[in-house]
Amino acid sequence: MAKIIVVTSGKGGVGKTTSAAAMSTGLALRGKKTVVLDFDVGLRNLDLVMGCERRVVYDLVNVIQGEAGLNQALIRDKRVDNLFILPASQTRDKEALTPEGVAEVLAQLKEDFDYVICDSPAGIESGAQLAMYHADEAVVVTNPEISSVRDSDRILGLLSAKTRRAEQADEPVREHLLITRYNPDRVDSGDMLTLDDIREILAIDLLGLIPESEAVLRASNQGVPVTHDAESDAGLAYADAISRLIGEDVPLRFHEARKKGLLSRMFGGGHR
Amino acid sequence: MKLLDFLKRERKQSAPVAKERLQIIVAHQRSQQGQPEYMPKLERELVEVIRRYVDVDDDAVQISMDSEDSCSVLELNVTLPRE
Repeated sequence: MAKIIVVTSGKGGVGKTTSAAAMSTGLALRGKKTVVLDFDVGLRNLDLVMGCERRVVYDLVNVIQGEAGLNQALIRDKRVDNLFILPASQTRDKEALTPEGVAEVLAQLKEDFDYVICDSPAGIESGAQLAMYHADEAVVVTNPEISSVRDSDRILGLLSAKTRRAEQADEPVREHLLITRYNPDRVDSGDMLTLDDIREILAIDLLGLIPESEAVLRASNQGVPVTHDAESDAGLAYADAISRLIGEDVPLRFHEARKKGLLSRMFGGGHR
Repeated sequence: MKLLDFLKRERKQSAPVAKERLQIIVAHQRSQQGQPEYMPKLERELVEVIRRYVDVDDDAVQISMDSEDSCSVLELNVTLPRE
């Protein structure tokens, strides 16, 4: 039986899709059979970040409306075994996702996979609520920025009230904090919320800290999840987050500014 | 002179301000969590009613709902201006 994990944030543009792609790729690389679903009906982008946009034939809405079978709609990842993508519809409106339909699709996926990753749309409307409803765990993606932290807190409120686990008084959804776009230099200069500030305000477990990195844009440009850029700071940081997700204890890194040597001070920082 | 101004000007760090603002707004958000959806409207209408008699500020009325086992308690705090 799979674990269902929603990647959510409230605010848009904080790195939900990047994180969903990176984490599902990382899980599959570790041998976990993983499927990643795009819930952003009308504005799908997971296919682009995963690099499979030209192989989309059917989507989640087609499956829910009975126009295609689940196996027809699932796209097998080209790079990693055990990894599948279920894209969102580009043309339908978001009402096309019905609670019953989503429940049925997730129930089927749960049988066949180890991990089901739901990439939530931004906002707190029906699409975001459907994406989180069946979750066992939630990854709350947060930037060190005031509006993102506030929206994350709103999402935490919804996770504790509007999910299946909350409604059925089951064990609550396990909430993880994933901080993205962290810039230790700006933290040191006092113009960015610190890791500890964010943890103190949101008061949930830290799953990972992804530094602001050139590797992330490079990855989405190419349609190759940043986990594959295994030498990059962001790639390593996502690998750490995945380790923690599957229960390994790994130390935190990339949270402190790198000490600059004389050469890099003179000629600018090297490539990361 | 300009250089001296530049050196004297101490730039205030902005992150502590962000943290303080967040702590306040998040505490407010959490206090509203799980409350019935009519609460904001009830709060507005209560202010209107009180204003018929006393001139109070928008934030003069604070209401909260606490649920216990068998009943819910609506707590109402009205701050009246000094005579």
